[in-house]
Amino acid sequence: MTLLAVDELRVRVATDDRTLQIVDGVSYEVGEGRIFGIAGESGSGKTVSVLALMGLLPRGASVTGSARFEGDDLVAMPAAQLRQVCGREIGLVFQDPLTSFHPMLSVGRQLTEHLRHHYGASRGDARGRALALLEEVRIPDPANAFDRYPHEFSGGMRQRIAIAGALMCEPRLLIADEPTTALDVTVQAGILRLIDRLRRDRALSVILITHDLGVMSALADDLAIFYGGRIVENGPATELLAAPRHPYTRALLEALPHPESGRGEPLRGIPGAPAQPGSLPSGCVFHPRCAYAVDSCRTEVPPLRRLGDRALACPVDPFAP
Amino acid sequence: MSSAPAVIPEEAVVRRRWTKGFFSQPLAVVGAAIAIGWLLVAIFAPLLAPYDPLAQDFPLTQAPSREHLFGTDELGRDVLSRVIYGARLSLPLAILLVALATALGSVLGALAGYFRSWVDPVVMRTTDLVFAFPAIILAMVVTASLGPNVRNAVLAIVIVAWPTYARVVRGLVLSLGDAEFVQASRLLGSSSRRTLLHDVLPNLAGPVVVLATLDLANAILLLAGLSFLGLGAQPPDPEWGSMVAVGTQYFQYWWMGTFPGLAIFTAVIAFNFLGDSLRDRLDPRGVSRGKHQGVA
Amino acid sequence: MSALEIRGLEVSYERRGREPVRAVVDASLSVGRGEIVGLVGESGCGKSTLARAAVGLIRPTGGTIVFEGRELPALDRGARSRAAARLQMVFQNPYASLNPRRRIGRQIADALAILGLADREERPRRARDLLERVGLPATAASRFPHEFSGGQRQRIAIARALAADPSVLVLDEPLSSLDASAQAQIANLLVDLSHGLGLGLLLISHDLGIVHQVADRVCVMYLGEIVEQGPTDEVWARPLHPYTEALIHAIPHPDGRRFMPEALPGEVPDPARPPSGCRFHPRCPVAFDRCTHEHPALEPVVDHRAAACWLAAERALMRTPGTAPRAVEG
Repeated sequence: MTLLAVDELRVRVATDDRTLQIVDGVSYEVGEGRIFGIAGESGSGKTVSVLALMGLLPRGASVTGSARFEGDDLVAMPAAQLRQVCGREIGLVFQDPLTSFHPMLSVGRQLTEHLRHHYGASRGDARGRALALLEEVRIPDPANAFDRYPHEFSGGMRQRIAIAGALMCEPRLLIADEPTTALDVTVQAGILRLIDRLRRDRALSVILITHDLGVMSALADDLAIFYGGRIVENGPATELLAAPRHPYTRALLEALPHPESGRGEPLRGIPGAPAQPGSLPSGCVFHPRCAYAVDSCRTEVPPLRRLGDRALACPVDPFAP
Repeated sequence: MSSAPAVIPEEAVVRRRWTKGFFSQPLAVVGAAIAIGWLLVAIFAPLLAPYDPLAQDFPLTQAPSREHLFGTDELGRDVLSRVIYGARLSLPLAILLVALATALGSVLGALAGYFRSWVDPVVMRTTDLVFAFPAIILAMVVTASLGPNVRNAVLAIVIVAWPTYARVVRGLVLSLGDAEFVQASRLLGSSSRRTLLHDVLPNLAGPVVVLATLDLANAILLLAGLSFLGLGAQPPDPEWGSMVAVGTQYFQYWWMGTFPGLAIFTAVIAFNFLGDSLRDRLDPRGVSRGKHQGVA
Repeated sequence: MSALEIRGLEVSYERRGREPVRAVVDASLSVGRGEIVGLVGESGCGKSTLARAAVGLIRPTGGTIVFEGRELPALDRGARSRAAARLQMVFQNPYASLNPRRRIGRQIADALAILGLADREERPRRARDLLERVGLPATAASRFPHEFSGGQRQRIAIARALAADPSVLVLDEPLSSLDASAQAQIANLLVDLSHGLGLGLLLISHDLGIVHQVADRVCVMYLGEIVEQGPTDEVWARPLHPYTEALIHAIPHPDGRRFMPEALPGEVPDPARPPSGCRFHPRCPVAFDRCTHEHPALEPVVDHRAAACWLAAERALMRTPGTAPRAVEG
């Protein structure tokens, strides 16, 4: 069952002197109870594509395409309705646990205000729900935590509280944008396990945005690789990471140190720098850095072709089995 | 509970030369045009003024006419010529005193911020002292005690203006001291002096230029104000402020005070517009905003 | 003889009305010429403080830094001596470590001018050589920092440090602000320079993966102390300190095999009020009685390896690594 179907999403932002195409025709589906990973480096458009769904882009951004969520198109929805839908059905967790919170309101207040505003819940009910969630995300002594302030918690704890907050309205979809990037690796492990458990216990669907393929490997069921505002490869995470077919995905994996493999082998970097909006190459966005590019790669934008349960935007397909 | 992250990646925002796109900002263009206009008037005054500003040969208090576009004053002098020569007085003086205040303030501020120790508290307490007085009052006190003339007016305004630069520059130097490129420079063997010169100073230019431009407007106003009060330029100098002062006594002859007043107004506004647009380009972080920067 | 020796380094910060914070406690490590030493640890472990103190940017509260056989004083008002300038640093943030208003050729040539390593005519040429050495075109010399990407700026920062003809480079998280492919490239460059120029590198990083790939030896820090040291391969294969083991098992693997990293219970304590005895004991899966009141020093265990753990000797004898940390459910 598909919870969210995004089709040909495009996002353009007008700046002082030019227009930037930040997302250029992105399509994917998020299944119920599944974790959908959106992977990409800076400038790939991964965060913007999701913010566009929520209506969280600044003025001057124009969004086209469609995003069907439970039957309604989020892109076409009027702003007030979108806010309702997002508030009730979609939870958001951001990278920086510190700036996600109001520094002067207690944790309890911030967790409950949402529920009381959207559902008119009573203070007692809302508090009860908040305490239950704090416990679910393993915050020690929830009753005490309820009255404390965000800065009194460590980064990892704050992120857990942020997740609790996102779940207050029992959303069907949780969107997490680089939720563990700012955390230490041992703390990150805790949050990853938490998300995994929440997904299992609540049949929650998750969109997980991160540049870290190791995190994707741990959590994601399905994975889409973003580059230059487009999806270059798509498919079940385990297959995709074990046998990547797009030259960019492969190069990215080869650039990462593999804890399993021995040392001594130099890491393989990708020449050049990730493509940025405003200076995107013609044809296939990756072609200037690709070791397998042919002439047509420069002129023709490769479509995302279905290959079984995977999809690939590379006509050359050098790693076909 | 949501913070929208930066949408436009840093690399996509190209750093433009500060003159590019200038014409897209109408206020800046207007400001620059008027300011340049006045500067040209000041430079070419002898060619532009129809008559000698001090000559009292004409009919008294004549309304504006074809021979005297701005009319004549109570001593029979041509107002237009006096306004034109007034630019020659106000503008170079304003530029001079801003230059002096900038130099003095920046040096003291840089030394305070860089060397700390005893220099810092001494400089800062002095700025506190100056800031304790309203600018015009302090300037009045200085000129009144030293003797009312143009030279002392300039001195008074420099005294009043330098602390702002000291404060801003000190703050900048303090924050730059922690900047990694400064630390890197010290590690490479750069002495304190060299670091100050090569690494710190070039990064001060932007905000200081903005402050100075805006201060030009203030300087013109203060100078006019002092002269209005009789503490600056003395008769028969065609200073705009004194002319406005005389104009208040001859209210029925509105041209005597209005035209010099308009001159002050346009010059001040011009430099304000210019300064504001420069600020957007050279000082995006707004370090130069506001007079009293609580950086002590 | 090691090029850089840090002996018993202590860095404490006083706080008004509260206990002082001991950011670095009795830390000792050495870096030899041509050797890459990785210093890893999580936030608050003191590795950046150690790096800055090693180089002289922070004055240590105790201990000594011995560089090329001589004691290295902290940086003060005067200019650093030419001998001391052979210990250089590369910073984490490539955007902040270059002066935005000066051309990079000039910035690279700074060391040459200040230390008198080349005369005026020669400097531009040497600067261009250095740029090429770090993989940038010589034409880059006339440009400004903002015209370059993060990875390129980091190369420029390295070139600038190389201009001082250093024997040891301390790098404070040089790769964290870079994207994955730039990280790989810069990591390779560093290895290249170390082997090619015989440079000693002290690489501080929270990214164990990169350190494992690149470093010959690794030091692990926790809450201000070095808890384990040794050749990278061996530490990796058989970590002696439980914290090292926890760190290794917490690293995600991008291979599609669904490896779920293991978490450590609890949180890093406040450095101002560290636990008694072994600082790691509240979170340690194999802690026992002694750990709560006796503080283990960093002791040599087997050749070239040292660990600060009462169980280290036993763990060294075991064929396989000790019990995996009790993975806490998320």
